[in-house]
Amino acid sequence: MQLPILESINLMAVLPVLIIAGWACVLLVFDLLIPRSRKHWTAWLALVGLLGAAVALFFQIGHFARLGSEAAFDGMVTVDGFSIFLQVVFVLTAIVGVLLALDYLPRHGIERGEYYVLLLFTTIGMMIMSMAADLIVVFVALELLSIPLYILSGFAGMRETSEEAALKYFLLGAFASSFLVYGIALTYGGTGTTRLTGIAQAVTSDALNLPLTTVGMGLLLVGLGFKVAAVPFHMWTPDVYQGAPTPVTAFMSVGAKAGGFAALIRVLVTAFPAIASEWGTLIAVIAGLTMLLGNIVAISQSNIKRMLAYSSIAHAGYILLAVAAAQRSENASFAIGAVVFYLLAYALTNLGAFTVAIAVERDDGTGTEIDDFAGLGKTRPWMALAMALFMLSLTGMPISGGLVGKVFVFQAALQAVPGDPLLLAVVIIGVLTSVVSAFYYLKVIMVMYMREGEGKAVLPLALKTVLAATAFGTLVLGIIPGPVFQMAQRAMLK
Amino acid sequence: MIPLHWYLLVAAGMFALGIYGVLARRNAVAILMSIELMLNAVNINLVAFWRYMAPEALNGQMFAILVFAVAAAEAAVGLALIISIYRNRETVVAEDINLLKW
Amino acid sequence: MNSLFSLIPLVVFFPLLGMLINIFFGRMLMADENSKAPGVIASLMAGLSFVIAVLMFVALLGEPEGVEVPFMTWFSISAGSRTLSIPWTFKVDTLSSVMMLVVTGVGTLIHIYAIGYMHGDIDEQASKRGLSSDEAFDLKRRRFPRFFAYFNLFLASMLILVTGSNYLVMFVGWELVGLCSYLLIGFWFDDPIVGIYNSMAGRKAFVVNRIGDFGMVMALMLIFWTFGTLQFDDVFARAECMRTASQFECLAVDAAQMVETSPNFSLMFGFGLLQPISFGAITLSFQTVMIAITLLLLLGATGKSAQIPLFVWLPDAMAGPMPVSALIHAATMVTAGIYMITRSNVLYAMAPFSADTVAIIGAATALVAATIAVAQFDIKRVLAYSTISQLGFMIAAVGLGGYVAGIFHLATHAFFKALLFLSAGSVIHGIEHGHHATAHKGHGDHAFDPQDMRNMGGLRKHMPTTIVVYIVGALALAGIPPLAGFWSKDEILLDASKHDPLIYILLTIAAFFTAFYMGRQVWMVFFGQPRTEAAAHAHESPPVMTTPLIILAVLASIGGLMNLPFGRLHFLAEWLRESVAYAHVPAAGEGFSITVAVISTVLALAAIALSYIIYGTKPLQEGQADPLRVAGPLFTFLNRKWYWDEAYEAVFIRPFKCLANWLAFTIDWRFWHDFVHDSVIIQFFDGWAAILSRPVDMGIVDGAVNGIGRLVAGASSRLRRTQTGYVRNYALAVALGVVAIVAYLLIRFFAN
Repeated sequence: MQLPILESINLMAVLPVLIIAGWACVLLVFDLLIPRSRKHWTAWLALVGLLGAAVALFFQIGHFARLGSEAAFDGMVTVDGFSIFLQVVFVLTAIVGVLLALDYLPRHGIERGEYYVLLLFTTIGMMIMSMAADLIVVFVALELLSIPLYILSGFAGMRETSEEAALKYFLLGAFASSFLVYGIALTYGGTGTTRLTGIAQAVTSDALNLPLTTVGMGLLLVGLGFKVAAVPFHMWTPDVYQGAPTPVTAFMSVGAKAGGFAALIRVLVTAFPAIASEWGTLIAVIAGLTMLLGNIVAISQSNIKRMLAYSSIAHAGYILLAVAAAQRSENASFAIGAVVFYLLAYALTNLGAFTVAIAVERDDGTGTEIDDFAGLGKTRPWMALAMALFMLSLTGMPISGGLVGKVFVFQAALQAVPGDPLLLAVVIIGVLTSVVSAFYYLKVIMVMYMREGEGKAVLPLALKTVLAATAFGTLVLGIIPGPVFQMAQRAMLK
Repeated sequence: MIPLHWYLLVAAGMFALGIYGVLARRNAVAILMSIELMLNAVNINLVAFWRYMAPEALNGQMFAILVFAVAAAEAAVGLALIISIYRNRETVVAEDINLLKW
Repeated sequence: MNSLFSLIPLVVFFPLLGMLINIFFGRMLMADENSKAPGVIASLMAGLSFVIAVLMFVALLGEPEGVEVPFMTWFSISAGSRTLSIPWTFKVDTLSSVMMLVVTGVGTLIHIYAIGYMHGDIDEQASKRGLSSDEAFDLKRRRFPRFFAYFNLFLASMLILVTGSNYLVMFVGWELVGLCSYLLIGFWFDDPIVGIYNSMAGRKAFVVNRIGDFGMVMALMLIFWTFGTLQFDDVFARAECMRTASQFECLAVDAAQMVETSPNFSLMFGFGLLQPISFGAITLSFQTVMIAITLLLLLGATGKSAQIPLFVWLPDAMAGPMPVSALIHAATMVTAGIYMITRSNVLYAMAPFSADTVAIIGAATALVAATIAVAQFDIKRVLAYSTISQLGFMIAAVGLGGYVAGIFHLATHAFFKALLFLSAGSVIHGIEHGHHATAHKGHGDHAFDPQDMRNMGGLRKHMPTTIVVYIVGALALAGIPPLAGFWSKDEILLDASKHDPLIYILLTIAAFFTAFYMGRQVWMVFFGQPRTEAAAHAHESPPVMTTPLIILAVLASIGGLMNLPFGRLHFLAEWLRESVAYAHVPAAGEGFSITVAVISTVLALAAIALSYIIYGTKPLQEGQADPLRVAGPLFTFLNRKWYWDEAYEAVFIRPFKCLANWLAFTIDWRFWHDFVHDSVIIQFFDGWAAILSRPVDMGIVDGAVNGIGRLVAGASSRLRRTQTGYVRNYALAVALGVVAIVAYLLIRFFAN
């Protein structure tokens, strides 16, 4: 007997998500059996689950390279090259998140097994974000991504700043997601469906409810813009990044942002091609503002985590520029390739930079000022060199992934200029603010090498591994970007 | 039958009320309640749209239920956070929670 | 195909493995200061390589036509329909197996010898630098494994060179051996006294070889352009084909395709009436191209094999430790040119002019170097010029077409020259020990040169083994029957007497000088009375050094057996018949000429007798001048090596430096800097600057730059203040953003 329902569910397509989800549930229970002094077992078990998902992803890469895309859950989610590529990024980020916490949590006296379980849950949220083909799924995935992150931000509960970060993140996040739901509701009202492809058909064929849909789209932008830290929805970012435990900051600065961009790209390109010029302009303006504000305010920061937070805002601007470039359907695939490549390069670089920040941070949560980096050039030459590489990559200097990412993004934007001249102005802002950004990134290098200081840092094996891997990846993306970019471009939505 | 836009207007009003609450109330619990109000306004919208625009599929209804569930989860997390802060600082006033700035 | 052949990659990878072990674990292996582990490992790897070479030999006995064993594709480039694919394929044939046997066999012996020699050499360095025992141990831990890593790398490179199946892989080996040579000549670049000269010698070798390599690269390009391939077999087959057929037919390419890619016009150059070879816009006759290719290859050979005009680097290369001189600069690397020409015999057969040039260059080098050797005092330099001279013999042989004779002499020369160098090393080792024994008693003299033959004398009493093997080597080199050198040299002379009397005469005179300088050396070093304290206190070297000497002495004595010119005993000629198509193989009964043999033997004996009269009857006394000084300016002329270095200095280096100085000081400094920059540009600039600076720069630009800086900084601190820390303010920002977005969308919508 045929089982059409099971067939349309297509569990194999979402196997990596299932593995992590199932494993996270098992781990949640299993963690209770692990004695308090042995919580690192949970971490290793979480790693096992993530590696399992990585293996599954590895097999899917070949599969989807051949077949293109597959729908699952009756079309609620789409698995294609784009989502596979991003899922790889998410799983890698999660692995790094676990490794960073491995030593950090006991050192700061906040080692609890829930950390790893929550990390797995939020990873699932991100992964589903990247494959959501229905606005309902977008919302659920977004919440699945966010709620564990609220808790993780406050994971250093006895530290007031951590708690405060969690509360701010939570209140603003819930506030922003209510706009998102409202936007979904309006879009649903305007088109009668929540399926992205269905919306695309309805928007083109029926202009009657267009205002409703357009405003709905605008509110969707708010919700997702909040996640990616775009101006003016960015204000939570510095406070939360600074207050949250640093491994969490590292994880969410990469994962949550990439998740937000994944949904943003898919929703805009798949569902709203008919009003591309509207969202294109909006996003271009937001991108310009984001780059300006992020880079300018970063200059006057003295806390490394806060500085990286503004840097993260600024980079959201660059990525948004490529998203805006995707409004022209003929160069959408290049623009999406640029976004995905930039996300990967940014992920590697930023994780590396936060790893260094973790190594420098002291047990009581202090040691996060940029001045604390003084003297590292002498005491920790390799680590300082890696940090210098990350800073150069974030600035966009040669032989780093950051430069290549920026070049792709600007190129994508310039290709789209004929459709939207505004993009030219935003590209110019982007180039100028890149120059400005050198100021605060190079300051870190200067402090490390030129300033006398104790240069104390704790660098256990897990951090070393992450550092080496991220530095290597950054260099590889900078020196031979070709293969990865080809993969990223092939990752375009099918 | 009551026209659709009545529902929409009520929902919009509730949503605006919720925004006002978030911006105007100082008590973190009250802010949380305002957010719940916004979510419920959306639920009214969803159900109304479902009934009037696309009654053949269950999308709207189902989404409303999901929004409930999410709202409940958020409330749980939010209240836990607020209680934890209250234990440490003996305040739930949002303005007092500003160690992190600039 | 015999399955033994598939082992061939190991011949390269054993020494490579040895190198890696010594690079990464060398320090660890040196447990204490007498540890020999790195040397043992290196020698073991060389020995294993030798075993593989022997296995190849055995396999070839069954299949003498040889095989090519594919290993990997080095690179493959496709352009349109054509592909350039360079495989790394091992060519095992009779020629390469001879080379492998010589390289690995002699190489292994020298590796073993080096274990003892380098220990002493490093101790010598340590005492020269006045190091404490800890520091000396540290020096040894660093340098001992390094030496053997280089040595193993050299062995691997040389084997890549001789086993490559195409010109490019051969060239890789060619360059790698050059690199090893450079590294090992300058091995003591940090010697406190002569370090700078050592590194300069290394540099000289490298630079001079670059000139030869330029020829190689050009030849490779021409070969590829002409034949469309670099594989030996294909090149030779197509070369044969082009004697009669056109380039298109032989390359099996579509003539239309060639026309399509060629420009519309073409020029025809060159002589000979053979097939035109197209180089894009230029077309040359096949004959011309072949001459160009072979002459360029010859240029490469003169560099690597130290022939006129590029031989000047080899004497200086003696700055390297003795095993280096023996292995690289006598037995193996310098014979690469002979191997390469032999390998390319098909090409030379088609360019008789080049072949004659090769022969003349070889013969001239043989004579010139032999005369120089007569007037040298440094024991190693005598041997170095002797090597150049003997390489000249080989080059002359291959130029005449006597490839078998050339390769035969290459093999025997490897035995006796390695033997001579290593024995000389033993002598120097002994003298240095003697010098130490006396220096500690206060007779020390830091300018003491342990290599100067004037500081030796009477060593026969102290070094009983060394003198015997040395004399065996010297007689073999002098060509006294029945030692190995006699048979191989005789074969060359016979070949020359048949084909080119001029070459024969030159080589015969060279052979006379050869016997003379070897006699002179033996009398000066081993006989008479010690002329220094050091020589008086010299002693014999340890068995790890003398054992290889004895083995080599045996080989130098009986090496002739491999190719006796009598009937079926002409093994090597039979053996090489499979791989060297154009070798002269004398008809039965003509392989030996009693006249030639008698003349050369008598001349050699006469030369030895002459040297005995001059140096043997009245041994040199301490401080006495060389008796040959009676020749006056002629002796100085020879002692100064015919003023080759000075001539190069005058003809090339000084004009080059003058040109460089002129470019640097006159053109660059006075003209560009003083005149163009300082006068023209600066005045122009100053003028403009005066206009620009005050009103424009101060007012507008400065203002703008400072203004922007201030603006950014101000904006930064002001915007920073918007981050109040109040969560409701943040929410307000979100709400305002929502209002702005919705307002924009609605306005835009209704404006349409």
